[in-house]
Amino acid sequence: MGKSFAVKALERASGQSDLVPGQIVDAYPDLYMSHTATWRCIKTLERMGWPDLFDKDRIAMVMDHISPALTAKIAGDHRLSRGFADRMGIKNFFDVNAGIAHVVLMEHGLVKPGNLIIGTDSHSTIYGALGALGTGVGFSEITAAWVTGKLWMKVPESMRIEVKGPLPAGVYPKDVMLRLIGDLTADGATYYSIEFHGSWVESLSTSERMTLCNLAMEAGAKNAFVPPDAETERYLVEHGVDLDKVEPILPDADAHYDLRVDLDGTTLEPQIAVPHNVDNVVPISAVVGTKVDQVFIGSCANAKYDDLAIAAQYLKGNKIAPGVRLVVTPASADIMARAAADGIVTTLIEAGALLTNPGCGACAGSGGAMADGEVTLSTANRNFRGRMGSYDSSIYLSSPAVAAASAIRGVITDPTLVLA
Amino acid sequence: MSTITDNRLGGRSIVFGDSINTDVIIPGRYLVSIDPAELATHAFEPLGPEIQAKLLESPVVVAGKNFGCGSAREQAATCLIGAGVKAVVARSYSRVFFRNAINTGLVAVECPAAVDAIQEGDEVWVDYGAGTVTVGDTSYPFAPFPPVLKEILEAGGLIDHLMKKFAKEKN
Repeated sequence: MGKSFAVKALERASGQSDLVPGQIVDAYPDLYMSHTATWRCIKTLERMGWPDLFDKDRIAMVMDHISPALTAKIAGDHRLSRGFADRMGIKNFFDVNAGIAHVVLMEHGLVKPGNLIIGTDSHSTIYGALGALGTGVGFSEITAAWVTGKLWMKVPESMRIEVKGPLPAGVYPKDVMLRLIGDLTADGATYYSIEFHGSWVESLSTSERMTLCNLAMEAGAKNAFVPPDAETERYLVEHGVDLDKVEPILPDADAHYDLRVDLDGTTLEPQIAVPHNVDNVVPISAVVGTKVDQVFIGSCANAKYDDLAIAAQYLKGNKIAPGVRLVVTPASADIMARAAADGIVTTLIEAGALLTNPGCGACAGSGGAMADGEVTLSTANRNFRGRMGSYDSSIYLSSPAVAAASAIRGVITDPTLVLA
Repeated sequence: MSTITDNRLGGRSIVFGDSINTDVIIPGRYLVSIDPAELATHAFEPLGPEIQAKLLESPVVVAGKNFGCGSAREQAATCLIGAGVKAVVARSYSRVFFRNAINTGLVAVECPAAVDAIQEGDEVWVDYGAGTVTVGDTSYPFAPFPPVLKEILEAGGLIDHLMKKFAKEKN
């Protein structure tokens, strides 16, 4: 019986062979990412008495969740992180202008196929878009990794997901993931390594693969994985990675999967996660016409260049509905610059969008808060109660196409009806 | 950090349902703090002041499946420690909440049979050495912690575990 991606990746990271799911090993990650939680790691290091760092070149810090600072306390946390990085010679420090950690790290060539990457963020599963094993941990664990270079990891069981394409017009990878999360439920993939295989996933861009791997976390996955291929190599070269230094890991052809999930995407409608859980998923026809007060196009799930381009395609020549706020937060500075250079930014602003600086923005509760009783339709990955302002407000999740179409009409709208 | 001095922890219980997420346990706006006592004042705030008051009188949190789903925020565990919670008994956990619990020294056990038996307010005792959850006169077994996790838990969490190890190496 062959080995899954996760087993092989953890064998490499632990230096052990013949691992089996359920085993606990000490694994040595290639990269430790900390975001706005960086100051918590530094405070923890201080409590430990400032021990030496294992390998400062494996440390990456990105000030993304609350940027720019909202309060003096947060500005102080940023200053602490900035100063520490400077003092210790940590070269992979990205300040408040960079964008969302996950996207920034991939754009800067810091994520490579076969890597083990841990981050202080649950959506670290996204690194599987480039064939890496990414997983979220707490800030104490990142601090421990800074010092010891390792952490305990359980070897996960694996799930194979195959989606039949092509998708109908107006339906996107976000809709596929919402449907899968609805079917699997919020804990259906707990502790699993999810592998996406098949011709449909092979046809996707790296950005679309990011959406898949990012959202896999919402079914509880430990990590997600798309087999690296020619598209992966294209992305890596574009972002300055020397392919000679890349050693991808592929699952064995006869790998064992504990669960196999198949989804027919060819007849899929746009999907919506309704309040207040991500697995509360319905086809758009069930909620068409629901009034929205705010539309948010942002987050590591769906604010990449192609997401903004899709939104602009719907918004071009249109105005958003009176009384609706459309907040657009590009995932990174590079994405924002590209969108500015080719007119997407102008299209969004002319339609009535409020464009913010890159970062997590409203998804992490930094701006874009709602009053009691309000409704936001968001392209993010979480709709938990109170995540965006009032505990009595509601968040619906959708693709950027649904978000743009709904901003124009002021109610949840099937995008195929807007783009004639 | 809570240090475990006794294998047996427990007291009055508060009961929650399935898939209680991290935004409900500790809303993102309070992550500017890492102080357990300060975080505790906001634990379960979205569920209202009655639940919050009850939490402070309940050393055992009981929950359905997928407790702590969502964010990787470690404060989801530390806010419970700050509120005086000694142990969590759930049907199952999200992966990262479970890690954060162990790594901050909070006893978190999976014991569906005990969850089925517990009524809110019941006295619940967790003996993580023996691997049992006791409700009234009945004890329910759970799978014991792997040795490496037990070591971390007994040290009061991952960082304390490392500090003790470093101190030992120095001597």
